[in-house]
Amino acid sequence: MMGRTYSVSEHLFLAAAVFGGLLTVAVFCFLFLFGLPLLQSGQLTNLLFSPWEPAKGVFGIYPMLKTSLLLAVLCVVIAFPVSLGCSFIITSLAPVPLRRVLLLVIRVMSGVPTVVYSFAALFLLVPLMRNLIGQGTGMSIITAAPVLALVIAPTMILFFVNSFTRVSSAYTLATDALGGSETQKLIYVILPQAWPGVINGVLLGFGRAMGDTMVSLMLAGNSIGVPESVTESARTLTAHIALVMAFDFDSLEFKSVFVCGLFLYILTAALMLLFRMSTAYSSGKK
Amino acid sequence: MRRFFEGFIPILSWFAGLLLISALLFLVAYLVYRGGSSLNLKLIFGETAALDALLLKRQVFDGIFPAIAGTLFLIIGSMFIAIPVGVAGGIYMAEYCSGKVKTVFNLLFDILAGVPSIIIGLAGLLLTIFLNRHFQGQMATCLLVSCLSLALLVLPYLIRTTQTALETVDPAIRKTAPVLGASRLQNITLVLLPNATSDIISGIILATGRCAEDTAVIMLTGAVATAGIPHSLFGQYEALPFYIYYISSQYSGPDELTQGFGAAIILLILCTGLLISALWIQRRLTTLLLYR
Repeated sequence: MMGRTYSVSEHLFLAAAVFGGLLTVAVFCFLFLFGLPLLQSGQLTNLLFSPWEPAKGVFGIYPMLKTSLLLAVLCVVIAFPVSLGCSFIITSLAPVPLRRVLLLVIRVMSGVPTVVYSFAALFLLVPLMRNLIGQGTGMSIITAAPVLALVIAPTMILFFVNSFTRVSSAYTLATDALGGSETQKLIYVILPQAWPGVINGVLLGFGRAMGDTMVSLMLAGNSIGVPESVTESARTLTAHIALVMAFDFDSLEFKSVFVCGLFLYILTAALMLLFRMSTAYSSGKK
Repeated sequence: MRRFFEGFIPILSWFAGLLLISALLFLVAYLVYRGGSSLNLKLIFGETAALDALLLKRQVFDGIFPAIAGTLFLIIGSMFIAIPVGVAGGIYMAEYCSGKVKTVFNLLFDILAGVPSIIIGLAGLLLTIFLNRHFQGQMATCLLVSCLSLALLVLPYLIRTTQTALETVDPAIRKTAPVLGASRLQNITLVLLPNATSDIISGIILATGRCAEDTAVIMLTGAVATAGIPHSLFGQYEALPFYIYYISSQYSGPDELTQGFGAAIILLILCTGLLISALWIQRRLTTLLLYR
């Protein structure tokens, strides 16, 4: 068989895809190379679990790591029940015209800039929290969490609705024929059938919450200590990277930013891998 | 007990829906309440005459016109880079790629899509530092670096939407041209791409929205508080989202704050407008094709 000859444009298609793929790897390598001096100097575990004390030469990212995880978990805890409820409404509880309107609103919500949310919340929620907490500026993890929940809820809802509507109509029709109510159908048929989708939606939401910069940068307060409670001001990994400009480019502080970046990259990549594997698993099972 | 539980689920669901929508409405209403009064030409052009500013005859000092112009330049620049690469990559993924290679590429683009935007910004900053060190040039963060970084940010979306759009073309349509003797490339350019246009365009518009709203990338790659209209690709610039962020921490008085709220409303309108038009194009073209 003759080798297939490709035209110039077909080579360009290949080049574009390879270029995109290489860039993904290049970003990782960049972060790795720049963070290398710090990775070599100390033990990795030291870096991950020690506090940030530049005066003592310790540039651990533990405070940021803890804040990021705490904030993301809190945010998913708030967003998950709300998203599940909303997707129940959109899938079956609401009258059909209202479903369409709601779905449209949720879609549009997913495009609202996070900086706009944060800006409004900064002047609305922060004074409120200042009074509620009774100390500090009102910027804290618990202030940022509901706003971040508002940011990730549309992603989760759209994903949930998508996986609910893909449940085979053989099941849902059978439930209708047996006289099940809409609620019974949702709880006993659709939800058990669509649970891999629900888990994937949560993973996706968690990833977005970890990766968002503006909300935590503007609302969480950015103080560098290890947060003892959720009402304290704290700095996330993303916010720490965003504040990189404050450091001298040759300092170790600056290098530590790349360790943060590297860690975030690996974490989101791992989440994505988990997401893909669980999608493949659930689609392979059917 | 079970009855009770079942009765509760709809109530809780409606409550959740109400909570989400009211939170959204509350925030938007608050924005309009604080910034609505500032929405006029003065917000955009300051004391300068609108026509003079648009024709670049005079600089705008206390309006947000430079920020809007900067955002437009960002969008144009990054889409100029991202669209050809993204669409071409998507075509390759959908039509040429297969087997293990496809799995690897799929995974890479998924990872890239999931990477937080601040890391893309950091990569842009690193690129600048790297270039500065190795070429001894006076390379600083600038509009070009921001455009490149934003292009990288939206690249996976463009590749994905193009790929999905092509892969979901009706198999009957897909096979017709090759049977009639068309080459693979002819099939793509003459049959598959025209059939997938609406999806690809709405994907491009969604990507544009992302470019317009993203703050994390540009704050590391050259957006500054005051720069005027960008004059070259190698200069620093102002942008709408960065302006909003800057105002939030550095406002000097109630007037500036009101201006910040006005800018937030404009950015909100821009992004939701782009999103709605993307949805509309998708729907409209599909209905056109279906019910013609």
